[in-house]
Amino acid sequence: MDFNDTPKQAEFRAKCRDWLDANANIKDDSKPKSISSAAENDLETIIKRAKDWQKKKYEAGWAMLHWPEEYGGINASPIERIIWTQEQAKFDVPGSIFEIGLGMCGPVLMEYATEEQKKRYLPPMAEGKEIWCQLFSEPSAGSDVAGLRSKAEKDGDDWIINGQKVWTSGAHYSDYGILVVRHDASLQKHKGLTFFFVDMKSPGITVKPIKQITGTAGSGAGFNEVYFDNVRIPDSQRLGEIGDGWKVAITTLMNERLAVGDARGTDIEEALNLAKEKDDDGDALIKNQAVRDRLADWFCQASGLKYTKFRTMSALSKGEAPGPEASITKVVSAGKLQEIGNFGIDAGDMAGMLLDEDNWDPFQSAWLGAPGLRIAGGTDEILKNIIAERVLGLPQDPRADKGVPFNEIPQGK
Amino acid sequence: MNLDFSDDQKFLQAEARKFFDKEGGLLLARKVMDNDAEGDQELWKKIVDLGWTGIRIPEEHGGLGLGHLELCVIAEEIGRSLAPIPFSSSVYLFTEAVINFANDDIKAEILPKLVTGECVGTFAIAEDTKKITPNNITCVVDGDKISGSKIAVPDVGFATHAIVLVKKEKNLELRLVDLADSNVEKKLQKNIDKSRSFYQLNFNGCDSQKIHSDEDAWDLSEHLLDQAAVMFAFEQVGGAEQSLDMAKNYALERYAFGRQIGSYQAIKHKLADMYISLTLARSNCYYGAWALSSDSPELKLAAATSRVSATKAFQLCAKENIQTHGGNGFTWEYDCHLFYKRSKVLSVNIGSELSWKEKLVSAMEKMNTLENK
Repeated sequence: MDFNDTPKQAEFRAKCRDWLDANANIKDDSKPKSISSAAENDLETIIKRAKDWQKKKYEAGWAMLHWPEEYGGINASPIERIIWTQEQAKFDVPGSIFEIGLGMCGPVLMEYATEEQKKRYLPPMAEGKEIWCQLFSEPSAGSDVAGLRSKAEKDGDDWIINGQKVWTSGAHYSDYGILVVRHDASLQKHKGLTFFFVDMKSPGITVKPIKQITGTAGSGAGFNEVYFDNVRIPDSQRLGEIGDGWKVAITTLMNERLAVGDARGTDIEEALNLAKEKDDDGDALIKNQAVRDRLADWFCQASGLKYTKFRTMSALSKGEAPGPEASITKVVSAGKLQEIGNFGIDAGDMAGMLLDEDNWDPFQSAWLGAPGLRIAGGTDEILKNIIAERVLGLPQDPRADKGVPFNEIPQGK
Repeated sequence: MNLDFSDDQKFLQAEARKFFDKEGGLLLARKVMDNDAEGDQELWKKIVDLGWTGIRIPEEHGGLGLGHLELCVIAEEIGRSLAPIPFSSSVYLFTEAVINFANDDIKAEILPKLVTGECVGTFAIAEDTKKITPNNITCVVDGDKISGSKIAVPDVGFATHAIVLVKKEKNLELRLVDLADSNVEKKLQKNIDKSRSFYQLNFNGCDSQKIHSDEDAWDLSEHLLDQAAVMFAFEQVGGAEQSLDMAKNYALERYAFGRQIGSYQAIKHKLADMYISLTLARSNCYYGAWALSSDSPELKLAAATSRVSATKAFQLCAKENIQTHGGNGFTWEYDCHLFYKRSKVLSVNIGSELSWKEKLVSAMEKMNTLENK
């Protein structure tokens, strides 16, 4: 047992490090981390910084390590991707607005698009020239995303799309999106879906940023509603067969789970430092037994996640398939983030509720952002169903929508 | 990055698992409980024959000269099978104390006998209901004669020797006692888990031998417990995984309201929570195993993290296994209570979750940075 790289991995790490040293600044750990950089910059600056950084990486071959060379990658192994991510995390680089494109849309195109389409769309995606978003969730189809109702009707060589999508991260600055819609409501739920990609500048698309509980809208990677009003999509932009939409969507969702990973923000280290610094009637807050109890619990969670990741890496490093252990990551980290944020506010006692919107307190921003993280990319409840069904092998719930034409499934308002 | 056991270690673990299954699995613990025995002597003899008591003992003393990682994988299987043997007291505590601290004469005398089973050891530290601290130790040594009492000393029915934490004037010492000494009085103490046995030992001026040189015995004892905590944590992870497995199997075979109970989200989420807790504990145990096997200065932090995490996981899995079994889980006939009881005894036997949480936070306070990315 050791945490060392193999000689080949060490060589790769050094290569990553050399390039990063020459092209970015190392992070200053003395500054507290915050999950919301929304107040810092306006949207245009954020996008420009992110695009510049992505382009720089693309030109040097660091943008999409694991992709094949013809689409802008270097065929890197999973462990090399992790090494790059670890090294990049030590540097102060712009947050990525390309994660959804590169993590979810790219793999779908790779699997289902024509060669010509791949050559046209993948390199600009990797370069950060074109930004992609994912149009799945709808007002009445969240966890049950296959219950979506947006319609596609065939008209000659085109499809006409009508309906509404929601929770579309980055739709307001995206150039393209992947879209799943219902082409036939008289078929069973999962069989009536078809998958497309769409130009977000198409006539009939309206994007409306959602004002979130943080009070912000249209900033950073914020969420949107996207309306489709007689939007035309050529049949050539269909991915997979007519009626295969669910199968294609599942490919994306599997990749989403890998892309979402853990909830970042204030963690045990910030909580520990705060507890050491805060005065509690003449003593440090860390001397408070209730605080010590919680610090111990959070440390066990943080450490458990860290070494779970290391176990996954160990398997990848040996060229083996990792076990299902990484399935716990998001559900544990998002809950921990919410609790630590809550603790940070409590530590301020009555002053804890006071807000400085120009300079967000990282604990407050963790606490406000965490409810979203417990929902996005699979709610806590859905993730626990996945663990129960896929890891432990328990049966699915009996369903009222099985074997029934979609338009006969009971539905709410 | 290689946070995993080697193929040889995994092979040893698979062999250990087969061995306990073949010997009777949970029936072994049941037999001990039903017969009011103090452990399974026959099973213990077979384990000695397999060489497991000498895993960490150097070859010059007849042992296998292997590392702690081999003990960790066996510990997990002992936890899974609830094997009623004095492995933890004799191997994780007594043998380690002799290997770590004893002078060459004691090593040459004792270690070969631990390999052959002629000698079995235990560790006597707790005294009464008070937490174990340097101030609370009242057993005293005068010359080489010990007076005082220890409680909850494990496996005295098997043990030929004990290492005892005693006070000499203001200092603490670890002393070796031959339990055949007529000035040692042994009283069996009933405990929650009848598949394990614990004793009160009254020392009425019995002979003893100091095992270490001038170091402070409190630090030595703490180090010993840190090491043992990792191995106990592996036992706890083994027990937790078996409890989850039982709950899962029952949730698949039991029907209520015309469905498998495992199809209800209330049960699914309960089992998912057990899996999450177990996975965190297992990963923390690997961290502990790494710190233990590499003699890392992080051992204090890693041991406490493994211990707290594994204690939580086993207790959660054991109690929710009963809950998943409904009324059946509350019967003597079903095996759920064996795990429930073992989980409790393992959660306090080298200090409770509360005291290990305190050790964990103290260790955190002393670290310069906590890297958790």
